[in-house]
Amino acid sequence: MITTKTILQPEVLEAVVVRFVGDSGDGMQLTGTQFTDTSAMFGNDIATFPNYPSEIRAPQGSLYGVSGFQVHIGSVEISTPGDNVDLLVAMNPAALKTNLYAVKPGHTIIVDTDSFTKKNLDKAEYKTNPLEDGSLENYRVIQVDMTTMTKEALKDVEGLDNKSITRSKNMFALGMVYWMYNRPKDHTVDFFNKKFKGKQHLIEANTKVLNAGYYFAETLELIPNAYTISPAKMIPGTYRIIGGNTATAWGLLAAAEKSGLELFLGSYPITPATDILHELVKHKHFGVKAFQAEDEIAGVTSAIGAAFAGDLAITTTSGPGLALKGEAIGLAMMVELPLVIINVQRGGPSTGLPTKTEQSDLMQAMYGRNGESPVIVIAASTPSNCFNFAYEAARLALEHMTPVILLTDGYIANGSAPWKIKSTADMPAIKNHKIAKIKENWSPYDRDEKTLARNWPVPGTPGLEHRIGGLEKDRVTGNISYEPINHEEMTRIRAEKVRLVENNIPELKTEFADSGDLLVIGWGGTYGSLHSAVKQISDEGYKNIGFAHFNYINPMPKNTEEILSKYKKIIVCELNAGQFVSILKTRFTKFEFSQHNKIQGLPFSNDELIQHFKQLV
Amino acid sequence: METTTAVKKYTFKDFTSDQEVRWCPGCDDYVILRSMQKALPEMGVNKEDVVFISGIGCSSRFPYYMSTYGMHTIHGRAPGIASGVKLANPNLSVWVMTGDGDSMAIGGNHFIHLLRRNIDLNMVMFNNEIYGLTKGQFSPTSIIGQKTKSSPYGNTQPPFSPGELALGANARFFARIGGNNPKDMTQIFIDAHKFKGTSLIEVLQNCVIFNDGCFDEVTDKEVKEDKQIFLEHGKPMIFGKNNDKGLVLNKLKLEVVTIGENGITQEDILVHNAKEEDKTLHQMLVRLEYPLATGVIRSFTDVTLEEREDALTAQVKSNSKFKKADDLFFSGETYEVK
Repeated sequence: MITTKTILQPEVLEAVVVRFVGDSGDGMQLTGTQFTDTSAMFGNDIATFPNYPSEIRAPQGSLYGVSGFQVHIGSVEISTPGDNVDLLVAMNPAALKTNLYAVKPGHTIIVDTDSFTKKNLDKAEYKTNPLEDGSLENYRVIQVDMTTMTKEALKDVEGLDNKSITRSKNMFALGMVYWMYNRPKDHTVDFFNKKFKGKQHLIEANTKVLNAGYYFAETLELIPNAYTISPAKMIPGTYRIIGGNTATAWGLLAAAEKSGLELFLGSYPITPATDILHELVKHKHFGVKAFQAEDEIAGVTSAIGAAFAGDLAITTTSGPGLALKGEAIGLAMMVELPLVIINVQRGGPSTGLPTKTEQSDLMQAMYGRNGESPVIVIAASTPSNCFNFAYEAARLALEHMTPVILLTDGYIANGSAPWKIKSTADMPAIKNHKIAKIKENWSPYDRDEKTLARNWPVPGTPGLEHRIGGLEKDRVTGNISYEPINHEEMTRIRAEKVRLVENNIPELKTEFADSGDLLVIGWGGTYGSLHSAVKQISDEGYKNIGFAHFNYINPMPKNTEEILSKYKKIIVCELNAGQFVSILKTRFTKFEFSQHNKIQGLPFSNDELIQHFKQLV
Repeated sequence: METTTAVKKYTFKDFTSDQEVRWCPGCDDYVILRSMQKALPEMGVNKEDVVFISGIGCSSRFPYYMSTYGMHTIHGRAPGIASGVKLANPNLSVWVMTGDGDSMAIGGNHFIHLLRRNIDLNMVMFNNEIYGLTKGQFSPTSIIGQKTKSSPYGNTQPPFSPGELALGANARFFARIGGNNPKDMTQIFIDAHKFKGTSLIEVLQNCVIFNDGCFDEVTDKEVKEDKQIFLEHGKPMIFGKNNDKGLVLNKLKLEVVTIGENGITQEDILVHNAKEEDKTLHQMLVRLEYPLATGVIRSFTDVTLEEREDALTAQVKSNSKFKKADDLFFSGETYEVK
């Protein structure tokens, strides 16, 4: 039953990467989530990444209908979902075929042999059965007739149709994986009790199948040894596993509550940003007004209207949507209203690679509007810190009376990780510039001396009636002005206002070497990959490599130049053709920057980064 | 409009801003401005609760000339911005000021969706069948054959009828009025304000520079009583200098008849029911070329978007265990690291 060409592995592992793959209907996301939650509660550090097909209901057994969920768990710090996998659970031939590339040689593959029928092999375009033709001899393949055994386990449970029976075979696989990695089953059993409350036969069925898989793995000694991954050293506190888009939505909820403003979201569905809309629309109990507009433009314009009327106004989108919103963002910049624009980047240009990740909207965020039109641009760097940066986007918009573009990307938006839950009470205060009373010689363009933020008189306030608009304004009165010098002054004031934000953001930090031979620079969602690569190379003895990751792009932290000057060489790593590096080159002309760029819709792999860094030192 | 404070007393001067009005002399836009400034004191709304939102075009300069809150935004997008204002603060009286280019061309999509949703706001569309601010190109309401700067040999693109488009998008309130009729226009603005739901008012607005006289055939003082029928809810559809013409339904068409001829009496004439949900007759009236229907053609009270949202929010709030964001953050699948 087992093909072995085993490389024996240690019993206690530092970290392990598991990938569950099957048909869209095989419940792989659920299986992965259960394994994730159980491991999180066990105390491991975690990073996950789902991989859905873009087809909603692809034909069963087809290569393009394969759905997967990857989870990386460790007793050490985990910062990415992992490149290659230690264990692949493949529910059918198509899943095996499309994921085999990721399995480390000598490592384990569990397959459901019942699905390796002639029909499914044909659909997966296998000419011969890979389980029999020797093509898998470099792996440890555990062949299990999972469907048969699931049916057998459930033969005494009444009230189940055939479909429910075969559908629960994912729990058989999960049971096996729980045994292999020495995980407790109780979290998943609790989950069944909650999910199927009142449907006793479903609770019983799923629990039985989970146990069947678990004991099958144990009694048949399919696996020579079970492994364990000890709890990671994490800061004590209350945690939960959170996905990037949910964290973004929750950061906005926290900001609304902290600022005492109502939250308005104007949005139009677009992959991979839509989950933020899905999440916020649930929270009417907090007074959230989530408005699904007729298009991207109405999404942003409705938010601008809400900002004028005094709400914390948000619009969410992805690259093509940001292009459509450009003119309206220019208006928000011109009328100087607080507005948060969240762009969950995906592969571009045009429709590009909607379900894949990329960092290629940076230039669009910086410059994608007509005229001199600076806005604040910030970027989140992990699934859980999407919470912080969504909050930060709202804080900066309100405190500086300007649009803020927050860049996340498909990789961190769909990925998940442990989040040490932040209480709203612990978040920084958020000021705003609303005014209630009229002063003598009042103007809507009166500015705060320190920040140059204008005041925020909102409709409904007696005595503050005023008109704003996209035409250039007199810098004192706010009335329309075509006066040449005034236009130049206003252009410079709007730029200066954004520049002054540098006084309200933290300094850039470095990790590993704080000076030395090489500085690795990244921004946004590549933090995990870059951190993990620099850590590894540093652990290997390269102690002169430092790492600086940017969350604040416009303006940049004040100490950026000082950091750059501490290293002999600088390499800027981005999932684009070199957008951030060109901003750095323009701004810091006395430094030389080398680049590492990848434009494949995929995150960086550890190996490619380490290889490049080693060449430079 | 519900207001939280006692309504102050105003005159039209209270709604006049200090900005110099820059429309061309003789433009009907002045009539619209003055009618609005006269209507507002009659609406029972505080000045600080009034917001004018416009897009781009001659019409869209309107907010600058009012002393209320206002925003002059970008081309075609005023409905989105106005929707956001109203949803953020339902206590405001929100007005979209737009033109045929702004609302029918570049903003056509927002126009239909605004009407579909039925948010309680008002839209005044200045229809002059031409682009004025860009100096004279044909618009989506320009007639076939119209010679303009962008159609020197005559326009070949068939026009929209704004009213038909609006009713197709399920407009609950639609009125049409000549740009030279301030008295009725003022009343229609008041009616629109009082109506709960999206109100659309099409003003047949003469552009003295690029399309002068385009509505003369129906709006000229000499002919308007014979060429227009001014509709009032509950009143018979009678028009004409001598009040002797009327509308009857002949099979599936509206027909003009003369009272006293062929045995027709006033009892035979249709009575206008603007509040009817079924829009069949409203559509016929909107399409009618002779006489041109003006006044409030449709005024059907329906549930507004805000009412639906408020009801849902109240329901969700009463069922929810989440009072603060922290309740949500610490709910469900959490675990302790010690």
